[in-house]
Amino acid sequence: MRMLRHIRPNWLKSYAFFYVLFLYLPVIFLPIFSFNTAATPRFPLSGVTLKWYGDLARTPALIDAAWNSLLVGVSASILATLFGICAARAITRYRFPARRSINGLLMAPLVLPEIIVAVSMLLVMLQLGLSLSLITVVFGHVLICIPYSLSVLTSGFEGFDRSLEEASADLGESAFGTFRRVTLPMVSPAIISSLLVSFTISLDEFIMAFFLTGTDATLPVYIWGQLRFAAKLPGVLALGTLLLAASIILLTIAEIVRRRAARRTQNMGGVLA
Amino acid sequence: MTVPAEGIVGPAPVRRQRNPVLQSEAARGLSLISPTLIYAVIFLVVPILLVLANSFWTQHYLEIDRTFTLENYRVALTDPIYRDLLLRSLWISLLVSFFTVTLAYPIAYFISFHGGVHKGLWLFLITIPFWTSYLLRVMSWKVILGYNGVLNSTLMGLGLTDGPSDAFLYNTTAVVITLTHAWATFAVLPIFVSLEKIDRTLVEAATDLGDGPLRRFLRITLPLSVPGIISAVLIVMIPTVGDFVTPRLVGGKDGVMIANAIQAQFGKAANWPLGAALSVTTMAVVTAMAAFIVVTIRMAARRAR
Repeated sequence: MRMLRHIRPNWLKSYAFFYVLFLYLPVIFLPIFSFNTAATPRFPLSGVTLKWYGDLARTPALIDAAWNSLLVGVSASILATLFGICAARAITRYRFPARRSINGLLMAPLVLPEIIVAVSMLLVMLQLGLSLSLITVVFGHVLICIPYSLSVLTSGFEGFDRSLEEASADLGESAFGTFRRVTLPMVSPAIISSLLVSFTISLDEFIMAFFLTGTDATLPVYIWGQLRFAAKLPGVLALGTLLLAASIILLTIAEIVRRRAARRTQNMGGVLA
Repeated sequence: MTVPAEGIVGPAPVRRQRNPVLQSEAARGLSLISPTLIYAVIFLVVPILLVLANSFWTQHYLEIDRTFTLENYRVALTDPIYRDLLLRSLWISLLVSFFTVTLAYPIAYFISFHGGVHKGLWLFLITIPFWTSYLLRVMSWKVILGYNGVLNSTLMGLGLTDGPSDAFLYNTTAVVITLTHAWATFAVLPIFVSLEKIDRTLVEAATDLGDGPLRRFLRITLPLSVPGIISAVLIVMIPTVGDFVTPRLVGGKDGVMIANAIQAQFGKAANWPLGAALSVTTMAVVTAMAAFIVVTIRMAARRAR
């Protein structure tokens, strides 16, 4: 029995390593082949080159798409975070009727098939006579970013000690002053995480953008268009590599911010205890 | 942002001190959440209702005839093309959710019970692919499984095969593999959360009372993590039914799924009512299947004890 207990974690640990390998291995081929001189992705590699990256910078359609993605991502992440702040604050601070069902509704885009959400939004836009543009993409992205922003913010707001706000109010601070000087500094790490995570979701999101955009492509929509041409594959791989790198960097920053905040509140808890 | 709340907080203090009624708290909570709620109603609830309405209408060239009809549902349910696509989509999503959840359970267990100080790091490693582009994850499988792809060139390089095989790409198996990989991490988190909630003293108690590791796992850990397994199944199964990127990129002719048909109705074929009826049917059928599986898992868990 004792032996078993010692063996099990090791067995599990190697499984965990293989699992992470399985998660990352396929994706690693994108950067590998983006530096390959040959146009078809196959082993052995024929040589190392940066020409596919150089080509990217000389493709005006791609620069436009990148600019569009940036615009959509920034607007969607700000809006989703603002909506998320309202909802997360309401959910963590107040008890009100239908709280759980409202929370469920806001989280629903996460579990609904994306094509159905996209298609229904498309129908509304068209029947309202709205022309499809980057603005309709932003509407779509805000909807699917809200669940992520809400869960990041809710967990950020939950550890929040309400008595600090009450103390501030008792000491004569106005409601706005309390928000600015007590609430905001404590919740800002969660807000920053929410912005970064929402931006990443929007940057990588394809299905909503595909259905809701007019003539302007975002980066994933541009990639989708290029996938039809085998000759364009290396360029797509290079672009994909850049997107992956951007996502990983943004998420790492979000994680660091979140952890630092968590450690700070823990330390404070330690001091107070 | 806090404007709605401030508006109410402003005049309230005097009354609040006198009468701290629950009602005012409810009003504040509701008004604070209302912007987000209204957004979700406008862009999620109304659109879905509109799809439902459309599914009972008829498309005449560019016009939509708004007389009530069940014709779209008759087509969606009886036309062999759509029926086969729907059945295949259900089968694929069933396989994918089985594989993702089975593969995810041990890793969630490992992180929760043996993660130690690196728990956060493990979780971060697992969740990174979850945030990165889904399109790119699918694309990488096209690179691996393709005729001139990584797998073929590696097998040939190792001398295991003589020529490239086209057996890897453009079939149902390719779709299942790709989706299992793309959704893998979605299953880990809910299971991990439910494992974290388990009171460790229960496990210790079982050990003290003489249960071996396997028995202890089957009688304590597994039943208590059933809610996590169920949400993992749901979070994978329902979205994968509606996937159209994977079938298009790696599915070929045999891997086409219902979402490709829905997309066609809203695109080239331009028959919105039929597309709407297909969407509603898909949702209804997958919900029924999910409900059935949830009940089955619950019953199995009860049996296992």
